[in-house]
Formats: sequence, structure tokens, C-alpha cells
Amino acid sequence: MKKELGLFTLLIVLCLTVCGVEIGRQLHAGVAVTLPRFLSAENLLNTANLVGMFGIFSIGTGMVIITGGIDLSVGSMCALAGVLLSITLKDWHWAWPVVAVFILLVPAVLGCAHGFLITRMRMQPFIVTLCGLLIYRGMARFIAGDSTKGFVGASGFDIFSFLASGRLFHMTRNEIVDGAVSKHVVFEGIPMPFVTLVVVAVIMWFVLHRSIYGRYLFAVGRNEEAARFSGINTKLVIGSSYMLAGFLTGTSAIMFAFYATSVSPSTHGTFYELYGIAAAVLGGCSLRGGEGSIVGIVIGTALLLILQNLVNLLGIDSSLNFAVMGAVVLVGVLADQMFRNRSKKKLRQAA
Amino acid sequence: MRGICKRFPGVVALDRVTVEVGKGEVLALCGENGAGKSTLMKILGGVYQPDEGEVLVDGQPVKINNVNDAMKYGIAFIHQELNILDNLDVAANVFLGREPRGALGLIDRKKIHADTQPFLERLGLNISSRTRLDRLSIAQQQMVEIAKALSLRARIIIMDEPTSSLTLTETDRLLELVCELSEQGVSIIYISHRLGEVEHCSDRVAVLRDGKNAGQLSQDEISHDRIVSLMVGREIKNFYVEPKSGREQGYLKVRNACTGRYPNKRVSFDAGKGEILGFAGLVGAGRSELAKAIVGLDPRGEAELTLGAEKISIHSARDAINHGIYLVPEDRRAEGLITEMNVCQNITLPSLKEYTRFGLIQTGRERETAQAQVEALKIKTPNTDVLAMNLSGGNQQKIVLGKWLAMQPQVMILDEPTRGIDVGAKAEIYRLMRALADRGTVILMISSDMEEVLNVSDRIAVMHEGEITGMLERADCAEQNIMQLAVGRKINAAKPAFAE
Repeated sequence: MKKELGLFTLLIVLCLTVCGVEIGRQLHAGVAVTLPRFLSAENLLNTANLVGMFGIFSIGTGMVIITGGIDLSVGSMCALAGVLLSITLKDWHWAWPVVAVFILLVPAVLGCAHGFLITRMRMQPFIVTLCGLLIYRGMARFIAGDSTKGFVGASGFDIFSFLASGRLFHMTRNEIVDGAVSKHVVFEGIPMPFVTLVVVAVIMWFVLHRSIYGRYLFAVGRNEEAARFSGINTKLVIGSSYMLAGFLTGTSAIMFAFYATSVSPSTHGTFYELYGIAAAVLGGCSLRGGEGSIVGIVIGTALLLILQNLVNLLGIDSSLNFAVMGAVVLVGVLADQMFRNRSKKKLRQAA
Repeated sequence: MRGICKRFPGVVALDRVTVEVGKGEVLALCGENGAGKSTLMKILGGVYQPDEGEVLVDGQPVKINNVNDAMKYGIAFIHQELNILDNLDVAANVFLGREPRGALGLIDRKKIHADTQPFLERLGLNISSRTRLDRLSIAQQQMVEIAKALSLRARIIIMDEPTSSLTLTETDRLLELVCELSEQGVSIIYISHRLGEVEHCSDRVAVLRDGKNAGQLSQDEISHDRIVSLMVGREIKNFYVEPKSGREQGYLKVRNACTGRYPNKRVSFDAGKGEILGFAGLVGAGRSELAKAIVGLDPRGEAELTLGAEKISIHSARDAINHGIYLVPEDRRAEGLITEMNVCQNITLPSLKEYTRFGLIQTGRERETAQAQVEALKIKTPNTDVLAMNLSGGNQQKIVLGKWLAMQPQVMILDEPTRGIDVGAKAEIYRLMRALADRGTVILMISSDMEEVLNVSDRIAVMHEGEITGMLERADCAEQNIMQLAVGRKINAAKPAFAE
């Protein structure tokens, strides 16, 4: 819990810094001090929206990392799911519930296939999911004829748009100004992806930290052999974590597709797998397996996205985006390592 | 080494310890785990620096700051876990880190092979210097390490538990080699828990206890009992505890067990309720494999089991566990425990279902069970939240026992239950085993420690190359009989392993 608290503090410090810099600039320029853009409703909502979408699949990636594996196929899976989403809705006119099941099923089945290859065929997770990354991207481009797929001109699936960019508890009040009725926004509402993330995170928290399956995930990640000797079906546990990751990727994919309103198969979702891995690692998952927490992963995701937001708001050249992200993950993990070494030393001194 | 002191945070590991070894002498260093043997040797080997005291080589005080310094003074350390790279060949290992450069600064391969060969011959090792180490047995790999030591012109070779993973013949060969080396003027410091070997090969025994010199024995004084009494500071006679009640014969029947290692051999045996059945044999006799086949952990193994009147078929470890058939595996750290999990989580791992409600683990009840086991087994830990890796070997082994004892065992298979555990904890584990047997559990104990097998078992099954060559009743359990059967000879005392 200490680690999560530290991360959260870091998150708050980051937010305060952005505000501080913005206010400082206003003072420096001699203009009247206004609310920092970071704190504007629009910015906060949009960031929360993104955190929601990225957070959901990052939790899946985190699960896989806890078993000692890795999932590199997330981005391509997003693209594939996005393309299929457009085709099934617009070209084949499937009903939205059927589409929803289908789009969640495809990544889950692909995840199952990863799990099968890794546990039964004893291939390395890196290789299996790297091949996934290449194959699904190619499939997405081929199916879409390498052209951008959208959702314009079709209807009957507003629920997806609501899921991707809708607001829960959006409240307005009618006001009469100069005899005319105008709508006044009382509360902007909470972005649906963020709400979904909270729901998913709560469920996954119980799964990971309170259920047998979660305990087995950690056990398998730390010592697969000893777990097997304790009667745990390690292959099932590991394999299913990839399925779970696929399922959560599918959930995110629906939101990404409708958030962007169009899917260009060659670029949609690129590098998303790396966001997931970076968020998980920043949130305390060890690539050696057996370590990590849901709260950590969610805060890790938030950190990464707020960092990007900061790059935009502070007018830092956006080409530096990835460089900033990389540096923060590096420093974060390094600091954690040093902190851990120190507490280990303390423990030894106490003994 | 004179008056060596070494303090670690919170503990005094060595308190004014003095040992000396003469040229060409074999000094055996004995002591329970944690007595300070390894620390002392690590100081000599340059891994640690002493807080007080001095190290003298040829009467001259020397300062050994690191491993390279130790090498310079001709001190070589052969660790229990071998320091070899098994993806390289023999010569590359021998010359690792000091490869002679040839043309273009590349490794002079011809030279290293030519230089390695004489050392292999000197050790009587009939292998090519071009063999990759993963093709060699552990004994041969160890020889390669000794060859490396010799090539460094070592005058003092420290061997830490060199025989712990060797077969009996390999052990004999190593002991012979120790004698040969000492005749050639090499001094040897030999650390071992196996007192038989110590008796056999050493010129002198130095015993440490709790980081202090506990005493020395010269060659004519060396005896098993005296070493043990110096080690523990008290007399320990016999570990064997008589079973309280007669056993119910043939309670567990194992028929036609077959293992992936010996797919053409079939093993059948009976074990009684409340009996401790020992499994003796040389390393590689297929005992651990048999154990894994019985509990469903050998993917290519199979076995027909009958427990009481019930016929059991086992296809996975889960099946065995559901029938109360448990294995305490040979390799505690790799197979028995998840060392980075805490005591509680390790104990409840196989029985987690018992502590759940609506699929969620109830940590309170989980802890109660763990705490009960900690108390019953006298596991020395401040609380059940301590990571298993922070406990000593004996306590770790008790955790492995505890996780199965929490689940009412019917059959308990213990594979090398006291390997690397100190004498005090050993006796405790033997007592636990007997208590368990008296409560009606069938105990199968695999052990390569002759004393242990002889002292603890009610009967002994001896295995040789995947088969049981004979079953010895307690009265016939003599070392000689076991050895005969272990090498595959038939003897009259041996009884059949099962009744039709």
C-alpha cells in the first residue's frame, strides 16, 4: 500500500506542478490570474476519459505481467477490433448487442490462443504476442482494405458512443434569461470510460487481491514449479490471464473506436501495448512476475496520461512526448528499486 | 586464520575463531547450519572482510580484499552451487575470465584446450576439453571446477558440501581425489554435514558452534559421536522412535507405477497405515521420479493406487491432493515453497478453497490456520506475514510440512526431508514424522542420507535403476544390505515389496 501511496503523491505533485507553472506564466506575463487550463472542466473530463480507456486494457496487461508473461498484441488487437466493429455495424448491419458480444469475444479468443501457445506449446510469451502484434495489424489492414473505417451514416448503436464519450450524471438546469429559455450546465458529469474503469478496477481488485484465482496468479508468477507442486493448474491460470487481457482489450477497443469516431487500420492503437506495459511497470508490477496491484496499475495509467497532458499544456514540443514518458518510467522504476534496496537494508539492520 | 571476528547487523557471526590447516592436510570443518562455517570460509575466499583478526598464509599476515586476492594467495573456493557456465565447454570454463589472447585479441582456443587437458588427466577425468558442461554429470562438473582451481595453482582448496548432489560412487571418487590432492601437497578445507565422509577422509576436524571454536579432533580421535556432540554441545544418540502401535499392512498399494525416466520399468509396493517406509538407493535410482508419478506430477508417469479399499486414479496433482496424497519435494526453494510469499500464504496455498466465502478469501480464517500450524510445528517466525525466504532452511521445511498437515494427510511422501537442515531441526522433523505416522498416515520417505534411512524407517525399500530391488524389514536394515540392493545385487534378507 505504501508504494501506491507514493505513486498517488507523485500524481498530485505532478498536477500541482502543472497548475503552478501555468499560474506562474500568467503572473510573469502580467495578465490577470485565471483558472489554470489544466483544471478546466474540458481538460479534466478529457483526461479522465483517456485514463478510463487506457486503464481498462492496462489492467489486463498487468494481470499477464503478474504471471511473469507479457502481452505485446494490445494495440493491433484494438485496430482489428475497431475495424471489425465498423464492418459489423455499418456493412453487415448486425444488431448492437450481437456486435458487442462478438467484439469482446474475438480478442478473448485470440488471448486464449496466446495462452494455449504459451502454456501447451511452451513458446515464450514475448514471441507469441509479438507475432500477434504483427499478424493482427496485418489482418486489420487487409480486412479494411487499408482504408479508414468509420461509423458515419449508420445508426442504432448510440450506446457505444455513449460508452466512449458519454457523461454520467450530466446535469443541466433550464434558466430563463431575458425571456428566453437557455440550458445551463450544473454538472458536466463523469466520462463513461472512467466510470467503466472504476467498475472494472473494483471487480478486478476483488479478483486479484481477494479471490483464489488472484492468489494463484501471484503464486504462478513467483514460482510456477512450486505452484504446480501445490496442486495448482498452472497452465490454466497462465492461459486464462491472456484471455482476460484479450477481453479487457476488447472492452477498451470499443471505446477507442467510438472515441476516435473512425479507425484507420494502419495507425489505430499503435504503441498502446507499450502504454499498458509502462503503466503496469510504473504501478509496481515486476516483469519477473508475482508483483503488482490494481490500484498501482490505475495510478500508473493516470500518471502517464497526465504527463502527456502536461506536455501539451505547457507547450513542450509534442515530438518529445514519448521521451518524457520514457524518462518518467525510467526514473520511477529506478527510484522504486533504490527505495526497496534501502528498506531491505533497514530490515537487515533490524534483524 | 587467527582470532577472526565478523559481525553482521544484529548478529555476531564469528567470535574470535581460529583455525589452521597445514600443507597437504585435509581439514574438515563441521558445525550446524548457522554455526559460521560458510562465513569463515567466505572471509578466507575474499568474499567478506573480517572485523577483527588476521589471515596468515605461510606465516605472513595477508589481506584478502576480494576473490582475486584470494586467488593470488592460491586459495580456491568450490561452492555448493557450482559456479559454471553450462553453455560453454570445459576449457572455456577453466579459463573463464583470464582467457589468453591470440592474434587480433581473440581467444587463443588452441592454447586453452591444450592447457586444460593435463589438469583433466591429473584428476582422472576422461572427457574432452571440448565437451559442453551441460553434457556432463554434476560430479564431472565439479571436477571441472577443481581443474579450474588447480590451473590457478591453488594451494588451498575450500570445498563447501561437495558431495550433496553426488551419487555414492561419485562421492567415493571425490574422496579419493581429496586424498590424492593432499598427497600432492594441496591443503583442503572440507565442509560437510555427512559425518561418514568426514571420518573417512579428514586428517583433522575443527568444529564450530554458534560462531565460536567448539573444539578440534585429531585423526585418531575422529568419531561420529564425538563430532556430533561437539556440534550440538550435547549427546544425540538415536533418532529412531518406536512406532506406538502395530501397522495396518497393505493400506496403500501402489501397482505398476511407471516414470518418464524409466518408461520400461514397473514399480509395485505396499505400505502400511502408520508406517514410515524408507526409500533408499543411489541418486538416479528413480526414487524422486516414482514419488512424482504417484502424486501425478510426472506428465509421462502413471500409477495404480489403492488406499484402504478405495481404488484411486490420478491424472494430475489436484487428484492426488483431493485424496490426501501429498509430496514434500526434494528442492524446497524451487518446488516446495514460493519463497517470496509469506508464511501464511504458503501454508494455505493448496487448501485455499477452505477459506473462501462467495469466492473471496477470508484472510482471518486463513491466518488462523497458518498460526495453528506455526504453533504446532514450532516454526520460528515473528508472525505469519514474514516472507518464507527470510526463514532458515529448517523452518522453511516446516512450512512445507505445515501446508500439507493443515489438510489431513493420508499419504505423505517426503523427498529428502532434512537436506541442508541442521541437526536440531532434523530431530524435530523426525519426531513430527513419527507423530504423523502414529496418527495413521502412510509415510514414504526418500533419503540419500544412509543414517537417516536407517534410523527413521520402519522398513526400507531399496531402488536401483527404476526398480525396487528389495524390501528390508527393520531387523535386516543394515548399511551393508542396503548397499548391496542399491547396486542391483540380490540378497536373501530382502523381502518382496508387495503381496498379491
